[in-house]
Parts: sequence; C-alpha cells; structure tokens
Amino acid sequence: MHFLAYGVAVWIFCVGIYGAIVSRNLIHLALCLSVTQSATYVLLLAIGYRNHATAPIFKGFENRTKGVDPVVQSLALTDIVVSVTVIALILALALDAHKDADTVDPDELVGMHG
Amino acid sequence: MSRRAVRGLIALPALGALGALLAWGASGLAPFGHFHGFYGQLLNAIALPQRHTTNTVTAIVFDYRGVDTMGEELILFAAVVGVVLLLRDTGKPTPQDVARDRVGSDALHVFGVLGAAAAILVGVWLAAFGLVTPGGGFQGGVAIASGVVVLFLTAGFRSWRHVATEKALDPLEGAGASAYVALGLAALVSGAPFLHNLLGPGQTGTLFSGGSLSLLNWAVALEVAAANLVLYTEFIEQYVVALVRDRGDE
Repeated sequence: MHFLAYGVAVWIFCVGIYGAIVSRNLIHLALCLSVTQSATYVLLLAIGYRNHATAPIFKGFENRTKGVDPVVQSLALTDIVVSVTVIALILALALDAHKDADTVDPDELVGMHG
Repeated sequence: MSRRAVRGLIALPALGALGALLAWGASGLAPFGHFHGFYGQLLNAIALPQRHTTNTVTAIVFDYRGVDTMGEELILFAAVVGVVLLLRDTGKPTPQDVARDRVGSDALHVFGVLGAAAAILVGVWLAAFGLVTPGGGFQGGVAIASGVVVLFLTAGFRSWRHVATEKALDPLEGAGASAYVALGLAALVSGAPFLHNLLGPGQTGTLFSGGSLSLLNWAVALEVAAANLVLYTEFIEQYVVALVRDRGDE
C-alpha cells in the first residue's frame, strides 16, 4: 500500500505516453501530453504527503508542526501553468498546420514548404 | 518495413529505458506518508510568524519563491503572445459569422447570467483571500476567466465580444505582468532586495495580510484572467470562423 500513490502516478504517465505514441491526430496528441503531465501533479502531491497531517493552511490552527509539505504544492501550481501554456501553443500550431496542410494527422504532414 | 513497425522499433528501446528510470526513481522515494522535507516543515513553521500569512503555499509562491513566480507569469505572457502571433492571419469573424452564432433559449440566457456571476464571484473570492484560505491569484484568475466563458456558452459570440475585446484585454494583461515586475523593482529602488515586502507583514487573517504580497497576488490574478481570456478569444474566433461558417453553408 505504501507505493500505491506513486503507482497511480506512473500509471497515468504511461497511459499518456502510450496515447502519444499511437496518436494520429495533433489535438489528441496535445491531450495525451496533458494526461502525461497530470502524472507529475499526482507524484508531487504524493511525495509531499505526511500521515495524519493537515493542509499547509493554518487559518484557525495553532499547531503548525504537522502540515503536509507546502513546497511541492507550490511546485504543482508552477507545473499547471506550464502545462496550460504548452497546450495553448500546441493547439495554435495544430490550427496553423490544419490551415496549411488541411490535416491534423502527423503522418500526413510531410515535407516543409518555405 | 511498415511505418508501424519502424515506430515500434524506435519506441521500444526508449520505453525500456523510461521504465528502468521510473523503477529506479520510485525505489528511492520515501514510503508514502513519511516524507521529511526539512525545507517544507521549516516554511510551515515560520511563514505565519514572519509574513502573517495563514496559507503557506501562497506565501511560498509570492514570497519565498517570488522570483520563480515572476518567471512563471512571464512564461504565460510569452505563450499568449505566441498564440496570438501564430493565429494572426487565420481569419477574423465577419459580422455575418457573428450573426450566425447566437443562442435563442431564454432559459439558457438566465442560467448564463447567474452562472457567470457566480463563477466570477468565486474567482474574486479565491484571489482576494489567497493568502488566508485556500486559493490565490492563479486559481482566482482562472475562475474569473471561466465565468466569462459561460457568457459565450450561453449567449453566443456577440455577447462574448462585448466583454472580451482586445482593446480591453491586452492592456489588462500587460498591466498584470508589469505590475509584478514593478513591485519587485520598487523594492530594489528603495534599497531593499528585489521583491522585498515593502509594506510590512500586515494583519494575520485579513485581506491585507502579507503586505505587498497581496498586491503581487492581485497582479497575478489580473494577468492570469486576462491571459486566459485572450487565449479563449483567439480559439473561439477560430471556432466561429470555421464551424459556424460550415453550419451556415448547409
């Protein structure tokens, strides 16, 4: 049971990688990348968890010795922002590719036009 | 050899290496629930007495790792500029396109107004009390932007364009990003380190706890809300041009 949370993170990561490998659609690929990145949220929060600890928000708490790790939580926030920017750029590139080549299948996007 | 076989040959060694790396990394982790990160426990203990903030995570984001958050905000800013540049010549909706994308149901209109108001209120609340209770500028900004999206979903593109115009959003986004940097530079000018808290820690548990951290928090909320709305506007315009035009042709 001790490694269940880490196992979930690894599983989500592998599902995303599998989707990215078999993907035939750039938008599907962007979503797979998003799933893969979600594994890092689970991993970060799982690493920072401490048994019988409260959230690191101490409104109305006097005892601050037992809180889960706040550093990994703020890292997860950074992670989410990066994820959003990457997805936005990939979707914009996919739209651009669709405009030029009339397809979002990476296999059909062969050759470059200057 | 077929393309599928080539793909498999390339993927298998990479996946094998990845699996080994994951197994090796997982074997070095502390058992679940027994993490003893000294830095995190230290911050949990000192954030409240030092900064008068009850939400340690937000204190880390805007104070202990404040420079990092500035980089994060500028990443978002750069990505939005990139999306706007990439989509600059993919066509803007004409008045005919806009007229086609409308929602007729009155019930949906009522739901939209109520839903948008509720989401924006939650967003402002999340941002305002970010240093006290769960929340913060990033979360609040995203919730505010989602509230405005409800307007598009329930009232159509015409209503959306009244609220989310480039003229309104671009200055707001720039203001949010530059306010963060300006607050950092203001500390520098006054002789303190970059992003130093100039206004003192404020009073614990109030809207102004954390002093200038709360101003940084609002700057981020503004930047995130405006940046998200610019992104949504760009993609919604593509939707209106492509899909609505197709529907009109039928």
